[in-house]
Amino acid sequence: MDTFVIHVFNALLYASVLFLIAGGLSLIYGVMRIVNLAHGNLYAFGAYVTAWAVGQWLAGAPTVVLYLLLPIGAVAAAILGAVLEPTLLRPFYRRAEEYQLLVTFGLLMILEDLMRFFWGPYPLTATTLFEKMGSVKIGDSIYPRYNLLVVLVGGLAAAALWGFIYRTRFGVVLRATSQDMRRAAAMGVNVNRVYIEAFTIGCFMAGLGGAIVVPGQSAVLGMGVDALVLAFVVVVIGGLGSLQGALVGALIVGIVREIGVSTFPEVELAVLYLIAVIVLLVRPAGLFGRAA
Amino acid sequence: MSTVPLVLHARSPARVLPWVVPLVVVLFLLPHAIDPYQTILLAYGLLMGIGALGFNLLLGYTGLLSFGHSAYFGVGAYAVALMFKYLHVQSMELYLAGAILASVVVSAIFGFVCVRYTRIFFGILTLALSQVLWSLAFKFYPITGGTDGLRVPTPTLLGLARDNKGDKILFLASNYYYYVLGFFLACVVIMWIVVNSPFGKALQAIRDNETRAEFIGIHIRRYRFVAFLVSGVFTGIAGALWVPLNGLTTPDILYWPFSGEIVFMTVLGGFRTFTGPIVGAVVFNYLKTSAVGFTVYWQALLGSILVFLVLVLPTGIVGAITQLLPAVRKRFSR
Repeated sequence: MDTFVIHVFNALLYASVLFLIAGGLSLIYGVMRIVNLAHGNLYAFGAYVTAWAVGQWLAGAPTVVLYLLLPIGAVAAAILGAVLEPTLLRPFYRRAEEYQLLVTFGLLMILEDLMRFFWGPYPLTATTLFEKMGSVKIGDSIYPRYNLLVVLVGGLAAAALWGFIYRTRFGVVLRATSQDMRRAAAMGVNVNRVYIEAFTIGCFMAGLGGAIVVPGQSAVLGMGVDALVLAFVVVVIGGLGSLQGALVGALIVGIVREIGVSTFPEVELAVLYLIAVIVLLVRPAGLFGRAA
Repeated sequence: MSTVPLVLHARSPARVLPWVVPLVVVLFLLPHAIDPYQTILLAYGLLMGIGALGFNLLLGYTGLLSFGHSAYFGVGAYAVALMFKYLHVQSMELYLAGAILASVVVSAIFGFVCVRYTRIFFGILTLALSQVLWSLAFKFYPITGGTDGLRVPTPTLLGLARDNKGDKILFLASNYYYYVLGFFLACVVIMWIVVNSPFGKALQAIRDNETRAEFIGIHIRRYRFVAFLVSGVFTGIAGALWVPLNGLTTPDILYWPFSGEIVFMTVLGGFRTFTGPIVGAVVFNYLKTSAVGFTVYWQALLGSILVFLVLVLPTGIVGAITQLLPAVRKRFSR
């Protein structure tokens, strides 16, 4: 029973982080119809900024300050996104998808080295936050309390995003732009502003994913590239452009991975990719996607 | 419509001979003029040219952007490595036969799944499938060696024992270079025939207008499938030729950023032209090697070049030259 509970928590932990990355990716695709290959690097950027702030910049500060410092990675990623969208991506919305993929691939390479330049080739850690929280007893086993916080943040982020998109005026504008950009523009929506805001939110989520993951593991080069493929699996299962899809997809991937790691570790990743392929074959637009 | 006969004329074999023949002669003579290291570098470029040529059958001629061509390159490479490990094969011809067989099987399965889609979904699906292979190569340590990879010694060519007194560098820079060059020329000729055949024309029709192509009776999915197959096999051959040169195969060549590199070199040369991918592959290889030697931030350098390329030079090197050429000619003829 204890191990089952722990497995469930682990699956939720993994799903939370994946939802933050894939949700942002999906939101950006839903609004701008662009697949951002550099999205994983914004997640990595958030992780690096938080790890640097907590582990180096204010390493000796009181614990409360350090916890408040945690979302700094998300803010940094959001700012980076707000700069990148109008400068680099905007010229490409009217061009063929090949060019969009290529320019974001170029961006991926640049961001990867930017992180190497600022923070060096060695992993960065912020383990204080993980250790300070201690652990809880689940039956006879113990479980790190910090992981529960991550699950909480993931759940809250999902709820906040849902409220934002379905319960606010801005959400209406966002959905209108996503459904028909030209008509929304004709109705007086400032599409450029919606784009920049949507991209910033997407990057904020990715950065938040990186920021909350970094106390548990370290920020390393290449983590963005690894994360992106898994985020792809999530959005393919859930449906590109759908937030419910990203949530369900993240849960499926989290659960399958947790089962996989404990029972069939060799093919755990392959099974995930195969699930994505099967979903694409049965429901081309994903479980929650609109037909293209 | 009056441009059609002109285009056909421009692509007739007789017209390209005046610059193809000297180029081939130069490729044959180059190893005598440059040092072995440069020759080996050129061999890398040529074999990547085969892979990019195969990739471009899908992107340039069929209009499908695959972000998973690392899979077929890797299948070719791992087929060779596994043949050496388990069957103790030494002959390059057998390696290539095995690699072709393996890439036919894998690209048939992957192609069957992927050609149902186009545009962004095709890209994501090819990427996801290639990562299945990557994760297998990465995780099945006892068979694939995991991240350590598999070592492959220099093979025998055409059944002859290795000469050059066992000097591996000299062997790779002379015998193996000519071997790669031979395959390269054969592959270029075959691809030329493919894209100028009725089959190739049908692919271009599908690329330009899917609906119209279907109306004139082209079985779109079947044509895309065959194009996928040919494309995968070309890239598989490139992978097989790559292994002995590199001496080692690791899961890196199956990981998706490597697919990105294949896309990169094709766009660098220009994917709207036949020769673009070849030029792109050779140039990219030099570019990457010198960038890696020049700075640890070579990725940022290449990334900036890619962004610049897409912004300013979307037709690539060959595309830009063919656009500039008429203007230059005009100036000189005055």
